[in-house]
Amino acid sequence: MDVLDLTRLQFAVVTIYHYLFVPLSISLAATAAGLELAWLRTGADKYRQLTRFVGALLIVTFAVGVVTGLVQEFQFGLGWSNFARFYGDVFGPTLAIEGMLAFFLEATFLALWYFGWDRLPRAAHAATIVVVAVGTVLSAFIILAANSFMQNPVAYALDPATGRARLTSLTALLTNEVNLAAFPHTMAGAAMAGGALLLAIGAWRARSAAKSAAGDGAAFGTLARLGAWLTFLGGALTALTGDYLGKVITGVQPMKMAAAEALYATTAGAPFSVFALGGGGDGRPFFSIEVPYLLSVLAKGSPGATVAGIDDLQAQYVAQYGPGSYIPMVPVAFWTFRLMIGIGMLAAGLAAAYLWTGRRGRTPHRLLVRALPVLPLLPAAANTFGWLFTETARQPWLAFGITTVADGLSPGLTRAEVLASLLGFTAVYGVLAVVWLRLVRRLARKPLDPAPAPACAERDTPEPAPVY
Amino acid sequence: MVTFWFALVVLCWVLFFVLEGFDFGVGLLAVFLGRDDHERSAAIRTVGPFWDGNEVWLVAAIGVTFAAFPDWYAALLSGLYLPLVALLLLLAIRGVALEFRGKSDGVRWRRGCDAALAASSAGIALLWGAVLAVLVRGLALGPAGEVTGTGLSRTLGPLLSPAAAAGAAAGLAVAVLLGAAFLALRTTGPLRRRARRVCVATAALLGAGLVAAAAVTGSAGPLVAALPCAGVALLARDRREGAAFTVAALAVAGAVVAVFTVHGDVVLRSTLNPAWSLTLADAAATGSTLRLLTVAGVLILPGVLVYQGFSYWVFRRRVASERVPS
Repeated sequence: MDVLDLTRLQFAVVTIYHYLFVPLSISLAATAAGLELAWLRTGADKYRQLTRFVGALLIVTFAVGVVTGLVQEFQFGLGWSNFARFYGDVFGPTLAIEGMLAFFLEATFLALWYFGWDRLPRAAHAATIVVVAVGTVLSAFIILAANSFMQNPVAYALDPATGRARLTSLTALLTNEVNLAAFPHTMAGAAMAGGALLLAIGAWRARSAAKSAAGDGAAFGTLARLGAWLTFLGGALTALTGDYLGKVITGVQPMKMAAAEALYATTAGAPFSVFALGGGGDGRPFFSIEVPYLLSVLAKGSPGATVAGIDDLQAQYVAQYGPGSYIPMVPVAFWTFRLMIGIGMLAAGLAAAYLWTGRRGRTPHRLLVRALPVLPLLPAAANTFGWLFTETARQPWLAFGITTVADGLSPGLTRAEVLASLLGFTAVYGVLAVVWLRLVRRLARKPLDPAPAPACAERDTPEPAPVY
Repeated sequence: MVTFWFALVVLCWVLFFVLEGFDFGVGLLAVFLGRDDHERSAAIRTVGPFWDGNEVWLVAAIGVTFAAFPDWYAALLSGLYLPLVALLLLLAIRGVALEFRGKSDGVRWRRGCDAALAASSAGIALLWGAVLAVLVRGLALGPAGEVTGTGLSRTLGPLLSPAAAAGAAAGLAVAVLLGAAFLALRTTGPLRRRARRVCVATAALLGAGLVAAAAVTGSAGPLVAALPCAGVALLARDRREGAAFTVAALAVAGAVVAVFTVHGDVVLRSTLNPAWSLTLADAAATGSTLRLLTVAGVLILPGVLVYQGFSYWVFRRRVASERVPS
């Protein structure tokens, strides 16, 4: 592999890894906030216990998200300095505002919340976790705006004097139509990720509590149902928002949706292919199972609509941008798109089955309970395939229609450097993953917090140091 | 406008190095000053609620640089590729060691986290010191604004110089000094006594090193820097920990400002050809972006300072290093 491919691989590795933790943080923060508000309203101690239980999971997940997120902010300068030079004016403000606005909020208030249980009045304490939850959502919105710019560049003008892009409107950058469609889709996917984790842990703990007659079964039953609803409703919302996002993308990046379908010829009333086998050098399918008219409905909202095919789009782009291949890796686009949908629906389906078989206090089906350990992996995989699709089917463009990935690379970068950093990231991230998994397993087994200790009200006495 | 944003970038770096400086120091000193698991926990607890918020100043510094000076961001980060990757990995290990430490039972687990925390904190302090020394000297920037060279030595080479070694030593000493002063300020009992002693010794050592550096190089700068060191040593000896910490923090702030402004409006000096150096005017974003950022910055940053101050106020009580019977 040359420097370009290695640097791309590195970007993919560190970004995908970061995004395993981000959706979990978003939904765990929102869940903890919801649980604490429930405790504030009802005073039921199980909500306080569950808030602390979810909070511990949130803290360890958030920590990995933070340290890997820092790498993201540096990446554009490290490996892609030409991109940073050319688009810094447009792209930089999103990163700066995310850092100043959202990241500070999350970091400071999460610490206030975690260490402030006996230091802040109840309502103020609940407010801190609400601020954290809002911060994570703000973060996601601003960063998705930066990504949406690369899918559909808006709010910029090419400066004739410097030859660089110049930001024309921050509002237009943030309200990019791709962002407005991608943001709810991403949030729904995040709800599924956290929901599946809570469902898995809650159902498993409720079941073992029932066996051993431990007292916390009811609380864990609540947690499992909460997780199941999050996963199920998140799944329904991902489908709805995904449908809308698909239509927006068909408008701004027709090649991406054509690649997702392996649709080579422009077709009216195009079918949706559920499964396909490709052969030969060009990746064209020789066998596929198709649902008639579905693709036209998905892409344009009407069964008879004409969907542009890869061949015609390629000819059009050559005329528009000059010679070269503008076709992404079609099998990758085709399969990541299907795996995203299929795996996501499977997760939502399992959650629905859990809710249905466990309705009105019945015991959920034992096969479901046995499937629990793999459940959290499903939304994580679906999210990953979704991002792989979004980013690889954009190739060869870095910012669609203006600059290619090859143009954005740091000019002086050497192969040895990228190999060294790639090895470093792989090794450290690998260790982090193992440690995080071990910790989550251990936290998931911990008994719920006992009744609250009386808050120490004396002022200016030294604070005893509990284990940190 | 350009000067205002340059001042803001430098302010972010100052806050990062001062606030995270004591975090790194505490992470490094906890294993040495804490005699048992309990004392180590107490030491780490002093930065527990703060370190993450402190680290965001790095995020802010880099983000604001990207937005206001895209060319500086591009040249700086790609020009220091390997050192910065190493720093990011060490920061990752440190942050996770801090957060994971108390999340699992068992002394062995915590001992492992303590070791990782101390090693990564020391590595970060050394590396930042070396990187700042390299920034003062400049990089081998070519006409494209990128460091020239081949292989690993392209961006790792500059760190293998005597100046970088001196910078690394200074970075470590400063982190230990700030960490010890902060620990002395935030703990009680034996931990506080030991931290105070380390603070006095480090300040004296650093001051002596600076005087020696002034004698070798014949410049007055290090001599000026030695003055606050003497002040910190005297104040810490008199148990005036608050004052000692304040003086140390102000001195570090001054040093960081000096590093970023030593070449005037040249933000990144080329050692190959002065014409290839990057100036503030070259690096700045367009006026419209800067104006827009100013609105955002003026609205957001004062709020950040207020709520970070609030969190320091909420956790203002000292952490007891003895076991307090409940």
